[in-house]
Amino acid sequence: MVFDNHLILKNIDFQIERDDTLAIIGPNGAGKSVLFRALLGLIPYTGVIEWAKDAKIGYVPQKLAVGKDLPLTVKEFLRFKEKNNAKILEAIRSVGFLEKSEHLHNDKRVLGTRLGDLSGGELQRVLIAYALLADPNVLLFDEPTAGIDVSGEETIYDLMHKLQKKADLTILFISHELQVVNHYANNVLCLNKEEISFGPPMKAVNKETLSKLYGEEVHLHKHLERHNLNEH
Amino acid sequence: MGASSGFLGSFMVLKRMSLVGDALSHVALPGIALALTFGINPMFGALAALILATLGIWYLGERSEVYPEALVGVFFTASLSIGLLLTPEPELLEALFGNIDKIGLMDGILTLFGSILIFVVTAAISKKLLLGVVSEDLAKSQKINIAKVNLIYLLLVALVVALGVKFLGTLLTGAMVIIPAATAKNLAKSIKSFHYLSVGLGVTSSVVGIVLANNFGISSGPAVVLVSVGLFIFSFIFRQK
Repeated sequence: MVFDNHLILKNIDFQIERDDTLAIIGPNGAGKSVLFRALLGLIPYTGVIEWAKDAKIGYVPQKLAVGKDLPLTVKEFLRFKEKNNAKILEAIRSVGFLEKSEHLHNDKRVLGTRLGDLSGGELQRVLIAYALLADPNVLLFDEPTAGIDVSGEETIYDLMHKLQKKADLTILFISHELQVVNHYANNVLCLNKEEISFGPPMKAVNKETLSKLYGEEVHLHKHLERHNLNEH
Repeated sequence: MGASSGFLGSFMVLKRMSLVGDALSHVALPGIALALTFGINPMFGALAALILATLGIWYLGERSEVYPEALVGVFFTASLSIGLLLTPEPELLEALFGNIDKIGLMDGILTLFGSILIFVVTAAISKKLLLGVVSEDLAKSQKINIAKVNLIYLLLVALVVALGVKFLGTLLTGAMVIIPAATAKNLAKSIKSFHYLSVGLGVTSSVVGIVLANNFGISSGPAVVLVSVGLFIFSFIFRQK
């Protein structure tokens, strides 16, 4: 893929099966978002991209180009895509807006809140709800936790995990966090302007590929399994 | 007129194109001048010039990510100067500032039709237009042709300016597209109320401005603009936090 005469990405070759979860990792500027945009058909590319015949792709972008003062409510935003109010409520609930009793927002009031007034994590969840409205069977998440605090991150990944369990949902997500990759993905694509490696996390992510991605000596620590930690 | 420019203006403010709206009205002047020279209704001359300029802006906007603002600034002041030179003297003041009294029946009907057209088309594309502002990626991924939508929008702006030039003149028409919308933005809690407020404020400033102009014997253009500015200042004080 070429932008303004710069070659952004080359030599990409991988295959995903239905219901898989693919993590895409790489340093900043590696071309991860660019890959997504090519997959969505938003930018030109050479080569072949082939989707299953009935693929319905949902896209959750990293952020919106909105100022804090844009007078657009969550409900109005969701209505860009779907007129049916019941479906909107369902989407909002499925991304967790009723579970916690956040003092400001519960389902009805979230709908009336302006996009600019939401926290980073809340906005991400609204974006996910937006993508879910079209009943996609493929979801593309572009750095779902960029700029979100730790507890917000947990919520997003729990949500992704919940979605994974749904039948026939293929998920591709871009992430910087290796432990997340290990935990949630069954395949990893390592990118640094070209394909560095592709395969299950244990194989594709090792010292060699990490140094090709991130340069200096990056160390990979294997953590204890979660249930061991809880015994403290 | 107030209504349609208010409605269109609401999108312009969201797209952060406010200065373009203002500059665009300057382009109308050479068009008007040429039309007057040839004895055609100046509105058509203005429209022709504006459409040309609009196509230029749209093309530049699509080619590069950032509006080449300096270039646009140069272009617009150049056309204003050309217009100033070309406009026959007696008509100059009117062309610059507009004159409510001289509006004939034909013009009135044209304006009415134009405004209705603007409302209908804008309402039809408003969803896509807004989505494009919020996230071009999302819009494109839903197979919306953002380039086409933006072009239609700009052409509508050209139309509204051409229509408004008779009332407000080339120097101030841009203001009617921007100020009511900017005021509405300070007060609106949702997109729906934003649009309604924009339109309402546009109408209010126009009506009040014209009434004041008639009573005090001043030019209608500046009167309408000052009323809308006054409303803006009000709204700034009571801003939605």
